[in-house]
Parts: sequence; structure tokens; C-alpha cells
Amino acid sequence: MRGAPCISLDGISKCFGKVEKRVVALDGVSVEIASGRITGLVGPDGAGKTTLLRIITGLLRPDEGRVTVLGLDATRQQQELAASLGYMPQRFGLYEDLTVGENLDLYADLQGAPKLERAARFSELLHMAGLASFRERLSGNLSGGMKQKLGLVCTLVGSPRLLLLDEPTVGVDPLSRRELWAILFRLRDEKGLSIFVSTSYLEEAERCQQVVLLSKGRLLSVGDPREIAAQAAGRTFRVESNELGPRALHSRLARIPGVLSSSIEGTGVRVLVASGSLGGLAEEGGLGGCRAEPVAPRFSDAFLAALGEKGEGQGRSRAPGTPSAEHPRRSGEDVIVVRDLSRFFGKFEAVKKISFHVRAGEVFSLLGPNGAGKSTTFRMLCGLLPPSAGLARVAGVDLRTGAASARARIGYVAQKFSLYASLTVRQNMQFFARAYGLPRKEQAERIGWAEEEFGLAPYRDADAEALPLGFKQRLALACALLHEPDVLFLDEPTSGMDPFAREELWLRIGEMAQQGVTILVTTHHLEEAEFCDRLIIIAEGRILAEGTPGEIKAPFRTAQAPEPSMEEAFVRLIERSRGEG
Amino acid sequence: MSFEPMRLGALWRKEWIQIRRDPASIGIGVVLPALLLLIFGYGISLDALRLPIGVVVEKPNPLTASFVAGLEESRYFAPHPYGSIGVAEEAMSRTKVEAILWLWGDFTRRGLREGNAPLSLIVNGVDANTARLMEGYFQGVWSQWLNWEAKTSGEPILTPVDVESRIWFNPALESRHYLAPGVIVINMTLVGALLTALVIAREWERGTMEALLSTPVSVSEILWSKIGPYFVLGMGGMAVSVGMAVGLFGAPLVGSLWVLFLAAALFLLSSLGMGLLISTVFRSTFLASMVAVVATFLPAFILSGFIFDIGSMPGPIRLFTYLLAARYFVALLQTIFLAGNVWTVILPNLAALSLMASLFLGIAWKKSRRSLE
Repeated sequence: MRGAPCISLDGISKCFGKVEKRVVALDGVSVEIASGRITGLVGPDGAGKTTLLRIITGLLRPDEGRVTVLGLDATRQQQELAASLGYMPQRFGLYEDLTVGENLDLYADLQGAPKLERAARFSELLHMAGLASFRERLSGNLSGGMKQKLGLVCTLVGSPRLLLLDEPTVGVDPLSRRELWAILFRLRDEKGLSIFVSTSYLEEAERCQQVVLLSKGRLLSVGDPREIAAQAAGRTFRVESNELGPRALHSRLARIPGVLSSSIEGTGVRVLVASGSLGGLAEEGGLGGCRAEPVAPRFSDAFLAALGEKGEGQGRSRAPGTPSAEHPRRSGEDVIVVRDLSRFFGKFEAVKKISFHVRAGEVFSLLGPNGAGKSTTFRMLCGLLPPSAGLARVAGVDLRTGAASARARIGYVAQKFSLYASLTVRQNMQFFARAYGLPRKEQAERIGWAEEEFGLAPYRDADAEALPLGFKQRLALACALLHEPDVLFLDEPTSGMDPFAREELWLRIGEMAQQGVTILVTTHHLEEAEFCDRLIIIAEGRILAEGTPGEIKAPFRTAQAPEPSMEEAFVRLIERSRGEG
Repeated sequence: MSFEPMRLGALWRKEWIQIRRDPASIGIGVVLPALLLLIFGYGISLDALRLPIGVVVEKPNPLTASFVAGLEESRYFAPHPYGSIGVAEEAMSRTKVEAILWLWGDFTRRGLREGNAPLSLIVNGVDANTARLMEGYFQGVWSQWLNWEAKTSGEPILTPVDVESRIWFNPALESRHYLAPGVIVINMTLVGALLTALVIAREWERGTMEALLSTPVSVSEILWSKIGPYFVLGMGGMAVSVGMAVGLFGAPLVGSLWVLFLAAALFLLSSLGMGLLISTVFRSTFLASMVAVVATFLPAFILSGFIFDIGSMPGPIRLFTYLLAARYFVALLQTIFLAGNVWTVILPNLAALSLMASLFLGIAWKKSRRSLE
């Protein structure tokens, strides 16, 4: 079968909604996916990835076009097709009140897996996924990463020929993500499975043999990720400056019109330009005294460049705001002090006597695998969960005695969108201004400031739910900043966001820090840790490492890999701690 | 319809495990009916007993004494004597008594003989139900006393209206006897419509439905996988209710058990059909449960004749009750429990129930597709 396409799409279009509010999800997509390979489906939020996968499974009917999957018409022969297909929806349908073994039995029966071979197949699959010892556990009690692996195993019990995975690694920690990919490679190599997987992690797309780029329902390009990456050749640079710190440099560079994307890496800033060289642009931007050297392009550069040319990311990532001077009031005092902090849930100790401190104006990050105690620590520091033992002081207030008064000094942006969807942008801000008890005059002032700073004025009267995702995040941030908090807590603010929106958010975080706001943030995108001043890595309730991004990575430098990535360091740290445990 | 025993078996097994592990399913299926029966049986009683009644006698004589004694003997009234009507009225306004019996000055044997022994009954109408009950009870006591008085004195008594009321099928007027069938209706509505709509909506919400649909299961297998286990759960709840009603509260079960079983099965099927139908349209647990409560549970409670008599409803609403399966089931249950196998009542109601069950299940099956749209 190798060579012949396993999926062939011909002019697929799909719209949702009634006539007045029609949303075009897919617009004339034609592509062939080769058998026996791992193909990635990449695109920003709302590109139509999920719709495309559902059409391939036959769960949705295209308005126009033909879908042929494994030689069958997906629309008409859906039930026959289902027998040789393994599909894992985004929120995989595990029955959380069934044990691991019961879930496997259910899907094996539904897929009609032969009874005789089952025992051997189950133990092989569970072993491969590292779940062999959890067979009797309720799947609702597994960690996020283990759930995803079990979901994958469940789609494999019927020995499918084609695997369709919809963002299997969203919200999964980097270690589990690696393990999941290792399984996918084994499946391809040992069983010759064809795999079509959508992802919003661009570095994952780089591992695929073929990549399908989707944007706003249209096909942008198809091909080998290395070839696609080569399209951005000559447009990527690493910039360093003796005068400016990386954060200030980043903030300046990001505002130069020809710069499509920029991110902090170590002591410098990596930039992608629309065309030509950086030199002229840097001059224009008043950045004479910095060095720029060309670096090898990555797949993500080509992806952003392709989207940039399509006009996406333009005009939305560059909010007005002003680049600020380097740290006007970083006094170096400790704003967050944590000493021997513990939290028990029943007998389970989720956080085990951790200690750290964060100085004013620092961007501080908590990293860790799912279930490490990150969220618990986070909630204790926000005053949402009382600590069991130890000291937690935020902005000078002990949280055990004055959680309420501490809350007046902090801003909190929750992981999920937690504003009032049916209120307008302005009404949301008014509500939060009043909830924080701002005097009437100040309310108007601060709302005016937020509209200006976040570019929300044009959306003033739009319902919050109708905003694009990036603007929702801006609004959430604006609401959390209305009362000028000293400390800002951001809980996985970039999960599920596309690269442009993520970059914009980090730019803002850097600028707020320069204005003296202390920021505590969690993330699963480890490359984002580079934006932080310092970070801690937690696993199983203990701190494994603490320091600047450079300090965290330093112990893992080897002759073969002189520049280990944050992900590399993270994975090695976790593996080492598990080996010891 | 395509069936594959292995797949259906797997789905049933899954559903059973979920029911067993979900405290809410067991709660709604078994604990709730038991609790409702206990509350209705012991806590709330729609019978009025020992109602405080103020008695004002203008001119006491042997006749008035005899009547007040009759009142005292009745288990429905607790008479409190008052010296004047003014005092009694004040007592009623402070709700010390629920009614006032006022025997006028010429309440004498002669007055009775001539058919105009004057008395007034003033009833506190705030609680209409109690007021009506009290009126009825009073009529009963009054006519009993007249009969007894006529017999003992040997003199014929003329009364302006000869009230003769007899209560059939529940001669003791024990409300718990007809409440037990009512609890069965409510339980079956909850299990059939609410629980079923809820568990299917939950599968949509958690994404498990999408995963199920991507396997080779057929629509009928998914539908039967929901009908089977919840049918068993609903019938189990019914068995508990019937057992408690008969064993604990001594409700009569005059009719035969298999007719009861048949009626319950048909009603449960129509309820399940309704639940499946709701869940094909509403895929969020919140909406599905709200719609199920409004469309099935509340009507079963209010409009089925379980608490409020259908005969005393306004015309249009009475017509509307014909659309409710619960109405036929309540009629069947009351007949089977209290009157026996009265085929002229049972057969038409059974026919209506089977019509509704096949209608709802049919529409649910037609509307379910192997697709996310």
C-alpha cells in the first residue's frame, strides 16, 4: 500500500450556521495523504483542522467534494470505514468512571477485536504506553498525559490501518508528549500504520514526514517539513545587544514593521523578517548598536512566514502600547515569599514543603508535568486554596491570615476564559472595576487606559464571546490589571493559542514586568520559559530545579549538544527524579 | 437495524458499570422513590386530622350538647368552645382554629323537625385544600349525627338538603394509598426521561459520543444500549415502590400484578422514548435536564391526576392532559391498586400508552444518526 494515498480529498467545502451567520470552515480543500507515514495537520486556531478530521471519519458530511479514505467513500460508507479507522477526538472519549481495563474491553468489543488475541494485544499496548500497572485504576484518576496515552491505546485495540488524531498533545506535559510521539513512531515503523495528526505545536510538526498547512479553511501548503522550513531561508536572525537586555531588545524589535515574529532565546532575540535582511530594518527601528547574525530557519518560521504573507497576524499582534524603558522600579524586594509550603488533600501530599521567592518586577514561571502540584501551588498563592502548612506571603500579606486583603493586590487570569460571555467588552471591564472597588472616577480612568493599552476601543460594544481568541485574552488581562495589582498570576495563558497570539502575550508580559509588575506564570510550552527571568521545575510536589533559564539548562550541556533546549533539560530532570524515586 | 451481539453486550456492560459507580443513577433510580414514599407516607399527609374548630353555642341545650359530642368523636375535628362569636372570630384570625361552628339560639329539636335548625359554618379559606376537605368532613359528621339523632329520638327529621356522600375505593380517605402509585409515576419519569436524557447529553459533553460514533456501532445499538439498562433500573425502582407501598403502608393491591407490570413497562418505554428524543436535540446536560423536567416531570406531577384531580381542571388544560403519558399511567395505577382489573378502564389506557411509547421511540430512532450534525 505504500505510495498509494490512504486519504484523498477532492474539493472539500463545509459551512456551519444559518445563512446570515454562515461560517466557512473549509473552502475547497484538495489533498492526498500518503500511506505508511506520519502526516501532520497544522494551522492556527479556527483553521478548520477538527472539521477536516471529522469529515475524514465520516462524522460530518462535506457540503461539496469527495472524501475517499482507504478506498471507501467516507460519507456513504461510514460504518464500514469505522472498522479500519482509529479516531481520537480532541477531548478523547474515555469513560472516566470505567477502569483502564474496562475501557479497553469496551473499545475492543466495539471494534470487533478477536477475543483470542486480546490478552496479548492488551498487554503489548499497555506496556508500550507505560500503563501496564494501572489496569485497575479508574481512568478519571489518571494524569492528563496518561489519559491521552490510554485514549491512543483504545483507538489501537481494533488494529486500525489508519489513525486520525485530533490535537492529542494539547494540555499534555512535555514528557508525556515525547512518550506519545515515541509510540506513534513505533506504530508507523512496526505496524506500517498511516497516521494523520493535527497539532498546534509547531515543533511537533517538524517530526512529521509530511505536513498539511491549513489556514482559515484553505490549504496553504503541503510537503516535507524540512522543505517547507527552507522557504524561510535567509530570513531568520539572532540579534544581541550590549546596551539592551533581551527583554527590552525584544520589545523594540517586535515593533519594527518588517519583523514577523520575534522571541527571546537566551541572552538574545531570534527574529523572522518578512523579506530581505534585518540590517535596514534595525536601522529604521533605531537599533544601531546591535549585532545580527543569520541562523538556520525552522519549520515554525516558514509557517509564520506563510501565515504572515496571507495577512494573518498582521494588525492584530501589534497592539498600540509603548515600549517602556528598562525596569524603572525594580527594587529587588521579595514580593512573593514561600517557605516550607505544604498542601494535603486527605492523606495525599500534593505540595511537599516547597520554598522559593520572587522579586518585584520579575517574570517567574512554574513548570512541571501534569499532576506535579503546579496548580495547587498557584491556587494557594492566589489565596484561592488555604495552605496546610508553611508560609506564603504575597505583597507583604500572609495568605493564611489575610487572603482577602492579598487578593486586592493581585490580578488573576484563569486558564479558561472566565469573563462574562454575554456582556460587552466595556461592561465586563466596568463589572471588574466595581468588583475591585475602584472609586467611580478611577473606574473611568482605568477603563480608558485599558482600552488604549490593549487596543480594545474598536470592540468596546462587542459581546465578549464574539471576540477572536487573542482579543479575549487581551480583555481577560485588561480586567485583571484594572486595579493596578502588584502581582499578576497567569495560569497557562497560552494553552490553545496560535503562535501570533502567544508572541503578543509574551511581549506584553515582558513590558508589564518592566513597569514593575511581578508576574507568576505557568505554561506547557517550554520554549516560552525563555521569556522568564527565573523559573522552578516541580514534579511530585517537590522543586527539582530553580534558576534562570540559562542556569536550568547548563547542567545538560554536552559536547554533542552544546545548546540544549529547555524541553531537553526539563525531560532529563523529570526522568532523573523518577529514576531516583 | 443492524445488531451485533458483542457490541450491544459491551455497551450494556459499560452502562451497568457506570450506573453502579454513579451515585446519582442509583440515587434517582432506587433511593429517591424510597425516600419519596417515606415522605409522602409518613411526613406529608393530604388527610386533615384533628382540625381545630371553634364552637359557639348561643343557647346550650341537650341537642347542641349531643351534636358537639358527635363532633368530638369524629377523628377529623378538635372542637374548642368559645363564649361568643366575636371571641371565636378573633381566634380564627389568629389561626388558632381553622373553622367556626356557630349554633344559633333556635337550634332546637323543633327547629330540626321543621327543617330549619340554624347553624353557620365559617371556614378559613386561605388553604383551599383544607377548606374543601373540612367542608366535606363536616357534611359527613352532620349527616351521620342527624341519622343517629333521628334513630334515637324516633322522630323523623326534615333537612333542607339531604347530603349523602360516599367515597368509593378509598373509603378511609387515606391519601397514602393513592400516593404510592403517584410515586411510581414520578420515579419512572425521572429514570426514563431525566436520567436517560442526562446520560446521553453527558456522552456528548465529554466527547465519548464522538469516540463511540467513530467505531462501527450502529444507531440502534446505541439506542438499545440506553433503553436496556435504564428499563431495568426503572422497573427495579417500581418494584421497590410497590413493595414499600404494600408492605409498609398497607396499600391495597386489588388488581393483578402482571397488569401492573405491563402498564409500568409501557409507561417506562414511552418515558425512555421521550428521554432519547430530548437528548437527540439537546446535547448539553444542563439543557437536557431542564427540558426533561419541564416536559415530563412537572406535568407528571401536576397534570397527571396524581395530586390534582383532572376532573376539576379547566377545560383546555384537561384536554392537554390527554397528551401526557403520565395521565394514562396514573389512571391505570389507581385502578389496579384500588379497584382491581377493571378492563373497561385498563384496556383503553394501555392502548394509549403503547401508542405513545411507539411514537416517542420511533421519532427518537428516526432522528438519531451516525453523525455529529
